Amino acid sequence: MTITAELVTFFVFAIPLVMTAVGVVTARSPMYAAMNLVGTFFCLAGIYVLLSAHLLAFMQILVYAGAVMVLFLFVIMLLSLGGEAQEVEKLKAMQLLGGLSAVALVALIATSFREVAETPMAAVQPDFGTVKAVGRVLFTQYLLPFEATSLLLLVAIVGAVVVAKEKI
Amino acid sequence: MVPLTWYLLLAAILFGIGLVGVIVKRNALIVMMCVELMLNAANLTFLAFSRAKGAVGGNATAFFIIAVAAAEAAVGLAIIIAIFRIRGSVNMDDVRALGEKADAVEP
Repeated sequence: MTITAELVTFFVFAIPLVMTAVGVVTARSPMYAAMNLVGTFFCLAGIYVLLSAHLLAFMQILVYAGAVMVLFLFVIMLLSLGGEAQEVEKLKAMQLLGGLSAVALVALIATSFREVAETPMAAVQPDFGTVKAVGRVLFTQYLLPFEATSLLLLVAIVGAVVVAKEKI
Repeated sequence: MVPLTWYLLLAAILFGIGLVGVIVKRNALIVMMCVELMLNAANLTFLAFSRAKGAVGGNATAFFIIAVAAAEAAVGLAIIIAIFRIRGSVNMDDVRALGEKADAVEP
């Protein structure tokens, strides 16, 4: 395999992606975990651009690194969990077993890739993954799920207010 | 050209890290973050196959996953705030009123 710019870019984003994702799990304080998660989202956006999903890369930064992470940080600040480092959690045997089986699951998934290994990347139109191309599909073929999403977000807003508010 | 398998492997690793976090960590906030990691891994798989097949439908599905993840984060964090208000803790082991009566911690 020849080293191409695409290959280099893949690893430039993939290696920090895995490192920051591990950082989310290993961080002592929720604040550090949240900061690692922001890094994960940004690296993932870079991978999305490599897959020529430009709209989704933009949405990833806008929605995840923007909105969702601000929500997380607000809650961490609100519950004032950021300051003190959490006490070291001692692993129970069940948790250890669960973690090991998760690793085994990844190995199982990796071995199942042999069947798709020969699939070559299709040649795509230059406008693949742009706002225009994805928007056309969203508003024709996926119109009903798209409208259902708006209902879902409305329900989420109302639900979040009802659950979190002390007295209505 | 980066092969499809590498993207899938990256997604599998990301999913595995998220799964380990959900199982091992006891802080509800970090568990929520790990759920977000797993959703992102699913997104990456959808986009990789979408690119490999040249079909834009995968991009649309990833769009819906982002919307669902945003809704999930909003409601989940509201629940965590409500639990913190009632029990004064975000440790998942303290919240077992619906089961495991043996060593349940009553508020």
